[in-house]
Amino acid sequence: MTDVLIDLCAADGVSGTEENIAALCEQYLSRYGRAETDEFNNVICTVGEHDESKPTLLLDAHLDEIGMVVTYIDDSGFLKASGIGLDERVLSAAQVTILGRRRLYGIVTSVPPHLQTDKKNAVSIDELYIDTGLDAESVKEIVSLGDRVLIENRLEKMGELVTSKALDDRCCCAAVIYALELLKNRACAYNIKVLFSSKEETGSQGAKTAAFKINADLAVAVDVSFAKSHSENEDYCGEIGKGAMIGFSPVLSKRLSCALKQTAEQAGIDYQIEVMSGRTGTNADVIAVSACGVPTCTLSIPIRYMHTPVEMAAMSDVENTGELIVQFCERGLF
Amino acid sequence: MELTQLLERLCALDGISGDETVAAEFICSQLDGKCEYSADALGNIIAFKKGEKSSGKKLMLCAHMDEVGLIVTNINKDGTLSFGTVGGVDSNVLFGKRVYVSKERHLGVIASKTVHNLSKDEKKKALSTDELVIDLGMSEEQAKKCVNLGDSVVFDSQFLRFGNGMLKGKAIDDRAGCAILLMLLENELKYDTYFVFTVQEEVGLRGASAATFAIKPDFAVVIEATTAADIPSSNGAKRVCEVGKGAVVSYMDRRTIYDKELYSLAWETAEECNLPCQTKTMVAGGNDAGTISVTASGVRTAAISLPCRYLHTPSSVISESDLISTYELVKHFAERIHLL
Repeated sequence: MTDVLIDLCAADGVSGTEENIAALCEQYLSRYGRAETDEFNNVICTVGEHDESKPTLLLDAHLDEIGMVVTYIDDSGFLKASGIGLDERVLSAAQVTILGRRRLYGIVTSVPPHLQTDKKNAVSIDELYIDTGLDAESVKEIVSLGDRVLIENRLEKMGELVTSKALDDRCCCAAVIYALELLKNRACAYNIKVLFSSKEETGSQGAKTAAFKINADLAVAVDVSFAKSHSENEDYCGEIGKGAMIGFSPVLSKRLSCALKQTAEQAGIDYQIEVMSGRTGTNADVIAVSACGVPTCTLSIPIRYMHTPVEMAAMSDVENTGELIVQFCERGLF
Repeated sequence: MELTQLLERLCALDGISGDETVAAEFICSQLDGKCEYSADALGNIIAFKKGEKSSGKKLMLCAHMDEVGLIVTNINKDGTLSFGTVGGVDSNVLFGKRVYVSKERHLGVIASKTVHNLSKDEKKKALSTDELVIDLGMSEEQAKKCVNLGDSVVFDSQFLRFGNGMLKGKAIDDRAGCAILLMLLENELKYDTYFVFTVQEEVGLRGASAATFAIKPDFAVVIEATTAADIPSSNGAKRVCEVGKGAVVSYMDRRTIYDKELYSLAWETAEECNLPCQTKTMVAGGNDAGTISVTASGVRTAAISLPCRYLHTPSSVISESDLISTYELVKHFAERIHLL
């Protein structure tokens, strides 16, 4: 499973430019059914044969990732960029890749000490540029406004965990692929439609349109959530390595949340409860109110340092989440 | 090996201040068979190479081996590491970077609270080092097996050629100086010369004084990397110096007032050899010259530096053309000093 995740994390797909990751996901999903990519870079897979007597379950994970978008080319060839979901605190002196006509390396500037007027304030993206080492004319041959930029950290194992860019939400794509692999030749209570959705980080536009098209009877949005770390309190975080987090929220279907919890208990799978008092900040928010409404729940993999290039997750949580999906599909408790 | 390849090899070596052994061993391996050398009590490497003749004057060329980094100060209950900075590292460049911890190079990430969970006030504030930890993905028990307090932490930063002849890496300050000295040692010299690779520059110019005291040179030239602020957010004098415009010869910085005759000689040398050359437009920075020039009864000192963007970060940037022309300038300048 780690190899699949390495592969998924390595592909680029900053929100709105998901062509490469979509093509890769379509390849993976076509092993399990009819997979196609729509004009919004959503990848939809119909698993197995459709059975009229069964309800349709939508399994969603988003394939887009955080990054930046080029907004300006300076006279001296430096670029300005705007963040797409990215935690801007990671930017000073970071190495980035600009996805222009061809891939181009750049270094984000740092503010030299003698120019730091207020050392107490966080450095904002407005103070930073991307140094391409090229003059403006050469840059313009390769880079256009609107091109995406990302910090390309490959997946690495560390201790018991892995770290990579784009674990949000590729680790959930991997969990769904893992579930499909385990479900091969096993009975399933639902027709399964997998949606690897685009543009989650910019407001769930991908999931909104695709969920309408799929028109499912129930949906599970598989996404990442906050894992407790050194600077985080456990009252709003899950714990890494302790299994998938089942969401409970006024905007989710309580019946579905309970069915997932019951499944985990019956199957003896570790799980955690994630309570949110309103919107979940995931695709579940838009899927739940798609068309005439869809009973929806979140299933989240806890990760540390969300929206940085050094997100961390446990492979055991990825596998555990896949297994919970399998058990839910087999038992059909909803 | 050509100069840039040599720099790439040098930048890959770990060697924060006070823990320069790996860098020192490589440098010694390059010196074997080419000159006499020894390591002193602090770890400075002092090499002496005979030239075609002696000028009767002692010239010492000097670059520091150490780089900025972090040092482990505590292993926390959750297995994360607290750390201090070694040398002048701006805490703004740390969050979200990958690092290697200890000799065994355990991969870690520099971590803090997730952005979504910051309060409005927290969002506005710069992160200080004590709000950051290194996460190795280990429990306390595992971390204690792998890491000791006081272990060194270096940035994970691949050496990169990018743009139009730009070079990016960690530790360019001052492995670029070391590369230039090693390259000078590759060739026959006109005059006897001392080459010194110092330790602990980044924590207060501590190695250079001992080495200078041992040699007691008449002249010293420090070969360094210095802040170039030639970025769009910086104007006029605040740019200090510019990448791609040749070596930086200093008249004064925050630690040293340089020898006037040497300063002029460096400019004359550049002009005669048709090499680009610039000086700083601000009195900024400081280097080993600060202590060398006042060691024993004093040493006439010059500094020739590579203009370097994003100094003391994991992504220091210089231009290859500056590296080569600085090498040339140091070579010719050194020969002319002997004639003074």
